[in-house]
Amino acid sequence: MSAVVNGAGKVVDFVDQRITASNWLKRNIRKAFPDHWSFLLGEIALFSFIVLLLSGTFLAFWFKPSMTEVMYDGAYTNLRGIHMSEAFSSTLELSFEVRGGLLMRQIHHWAALLFLAAMSVHMLRIFFTGAFRKPRELNWLIGATMLILGVVNGFTGYSLPDDLLSGTGMRIIEGGILAIPFVGPHVSSFLFGGEYPGDDFISRLYIIHVLLVPGLILALVTAHLMILWYQKHTHWAGPGRSERNVVGYPFFPIYVAKSGGFFFIVFAVTTLMSAAVQINPVWLWGPYDPARVSAGTQPDWYVGFLDGALRVMPAWEINIFGQPLSLGVLIPALILPGIILTPLLIYPWLEQWVTGDWREHHVLDRPRNQPVRTGIGVAFITFYLLLWIAGGNDFVATIFDIPINWITWFMRIAVIVLPPIMFFVTKRICLGLQRRDREKVLHGRESGVIMVSPEGEYSELHAPLSHEAAYEVTAHRRQTPVRLDPETDENGIPAPRRRIEKVRARLSSFYFGDVVQKPTVHELEAAHHDGHGDGHGDGHGDGHGPAPAALDRGEPEPPGERSEIGTGPQP
Amino acid sequence: MSTHQSAETPAPGGDVERVEPTGPPVPETIAEPIPDPGFEERTDRLTDIDARAERRAERQVAGMFALAALLVVAFLVAFFVFQIEVDSGVVEAVRNSNLALGLTLGLALLLIGVGAIHWAKKLMTSHEVVHERHELRSTDEVRAAALGDYDLGVEESGFGRRKMIRNSLIGAMALLPLPAVVLLRDLGPLPGDKKAHTLWTADVRVVRDGSFEPLRPADLEIGSLVNAMPETFEELPESGPARINERAKSPVILVRMEPDEINAAEGRENWHVDGILAYSKICTHVGCPINLYEHNTHHMLCPCHQSTFDLADNGHVVFGPAPRSLPQLPLAVDDDGYLVAQSDFTESVGPSYWGRRR
Repeated sequence: MSAVVNGAGKVVDFVDQRITASNWLKRNIRKAFPDHWSFLLGEIALFSFIVLLLSGTFLAFWFKPSMTEVMYDGAYTNLRGIHMSEAFSSTLELSFEVRGGLLMRQIHHWAALLFLAAMSVHMLRIFFTGAFRKPRELNWLIGATMLILGVVNGFTGYSLPDDLLSGTGMRIIEGGILAIPFVGPHVSSFLFGGEYPGDDFISRLYIIHVLLVPGLILALVTAHLMILWYQKHTHWAGPGRSERNVVGYPFFPIYVAKSGGFFFIVFAVTTLMSAAVQINPVWLWGPYDPARVSAGTQPDWYVGFLDGALRVMPAWEINIFGQPLSLGVLIPALILPGIILTPLLIYPWLEQWVTGDWREHHVLDRPRNQPVRTGIGVAFITFYLLLWIAGGNDFVATIFDIPINWITWFMRIAVIVLPPIMFFVTKRICLGLQRRDREKVLHGRESGVIMVSPEGEYSELHAPLSHEAAYEVTAHRRQTPVRLDPETDENGIPAPRRRIEKVRARLSSFYFGDVVQKPTVHELEAAHHDGHGDGHGDGHGDGHGPAPAALDRGEPEPPGERSEIGTGPQP
Repeated sequence: MSTHQSAETPAPGGDVERVEPTGPPVPETIAEPIPDPGFEERTDRLTDIDARAERRAERQVAGMFALAALLVVAFLVAFFVFQIEVDSGVVEAVRNSNLALGLTLGLALLLIGVGAIHWAKKLMTSHEVVHERHELRSTDEVRAAALGDYDLGVEESGFGRRKMIRNSLIGAMALLPLPAVVLLRDLGPLPGDKKAHTLWTADVRVVRDGSFEPLRPADLEIGSLVNAMPETFEELPESGPARINERAKSPVILVRMEPDEINAAEGRENWHVDGILAYSKICTHVGCPINLYEHNTHHMLCPCHQSTFDLADNGHVVFGPAPRSLPQLPLAVDDDGYLVAQSDFTESVGPSYWGRRR
């Protein structure tokens, strides 16, 4: 008991006698947290969510979610005498009559942008490193759901102040709803309590924004963290780091201090940005009026890709039963999110099925070792970014002085053509990097030292990789395409589900058909002996097994043809 | 959960490999080319070996925490010093208050955060720990026992055996969501044909938006654009959503061009008054108010998604995602010489929807 501070000991004793806390504490307090910058992205999302809860609670003390029309008579003189909703006038009150109110509004908005950005980048990190693989598919699903909920909550919050910009956004949403076949006008009438905009939607959005969606996110965050905690962290390949263990700093005290400190840094950055960088000055836009609009209307960044899709979509409209079906709105507003989200949500299962890899994975993939997955990810990013840029096509036009019609036409073509090109380019780069890794393991790193042989031949000295470095680049598992069972078994009975298995085999060879495999023991030994037949330069003759690489001559010829070279160059 | 924690100072690499939990089988047909060299202890930090460096780090951390405390006090002072209840210049006052509060609070938070991390990195342990993973899958015995317990529960409840109870429960539960759906019915009325009609009817005067003064043809010069509303708008009740709803449907834009520049469609030849045309201001794409007019080409642009309409050519779409022309309001002049509508729009204004009037 001497090791425990007296006060803490008393608390632990009290709790332990009631809920056996020591048992849990003993197993968890020193939990290993691996160290890597990319593991902080999820923490940024978590911490900005906490900042959102804190600042949002403050805002709710003053904000009035009401569309009752009032005449403004507050501190901001430019809008005095103007008719506006109570929502907008209470937003002005928060900004101009509550000390720290503007700061909290700006913190809330910046934290929301950061929350969604951090979740998005965190998700990309998970995707590219394969951290979604078994056993973490559930957390992938929960995380993707939180991202969707985050966008919903961001948009509802953006709409609450009832300013000109957010109202215009709401109008666009209504236009999207109206495009739903058969029931569009009904859905709109129910949501808005009658005709658009009515006087109901602010209070309805409010309860969704402050209770329903944050409650769901809070529940999902809890589940996300509990599963993460239970399954333990992934880590990067490295000496002593394997699928069977997890290496990192103890949760207490190191990560309590590091993560706790990081929370304060995230809070600090949003606060400093809110102190110095203005965001959404609604008093400049004025109250919402459906008959007015300001040029250069832009949504928050996370809605930009949808707005871009609306902008570049051709004006397709067809008639069904004499009724208009606005494909030009329906496709970008409703079908496109479905097309993006469905594969996103089911990707872990999709890849598992294709690769037939049902093993647990705790060591992260280097993106290059999954050329097809990495290519898919980059193609998706390309598609998303193009739409996102299209969402600001008017700014692109004014900044670069390009006709807006050209930009729109370029985007229409580019969103279809560029993603496959980027897939192909990324895959080739990954294969190239894999080949380079393989070369480095087999023949060592280019040292930059040029040797001239007595025959006058120039060659570059290759320095061997350290054992640790060589292990790091060969620690991943070999992946080969699934093999198709024979058409019929030995008794001539056709194999079941032949067609779907054929599709799977084809997809599998698409994934792994041309990956550059890491060298085998045999290849390594061959390269090793070939490079310096006399055994010189082997720094690892200590029973660790074959050296990863040794001084070698970097010729591209296959090993067999180099046997006439007598001795390797001496260092 | 059977977390096994190795000793405080982790054993060298060989040991990490030795302790193998009964993990899932990993079929590796080809031997690994490079064996795991094993976990290596990191070398000591300067603060571990140099007492002066250690004391310096300690002073740095404490300094940051102390400065954070000072900044919190500064925040409190700034709260009272920077008043925002001022007779004039409220925007500047709020800006100053915002900057002072944000900088003091933000820097205080930053110093606490950086201090804690500096503490962890320089002074807390630099030794990593190695934990073995436990197998996530339950053992076969546990699984069998759990399934057995489940079967026992099914058996004891008779859920499978007593089909009448089971089916009636399923029936009741299947119906239960219906009240929840029906209860939402009164969220709003049925849409009816409200979307198809605006305030415009025959002989309603066209008034300038904002000042609501009626307009004569002479008030518009060639090339000019005026935002307008129906005169009856002002008679709508101030309370309730009637006015704002009408502002989402009825606004029009008036433009004037040379009459011979107008390429009127059949039946629309008399919809303009001396080259003055009226179009719905609500974009047929998703309903933004259009507002960027290029008077030499007569092109009207929606700032939201850049649909472009040719106002000289019946509001025809010349570019962008809008699927339909801008609805045109037929104009006339009343006996007092003011611009009036001949009728309502002949089609629904705004975005397309199922049941749109054409």
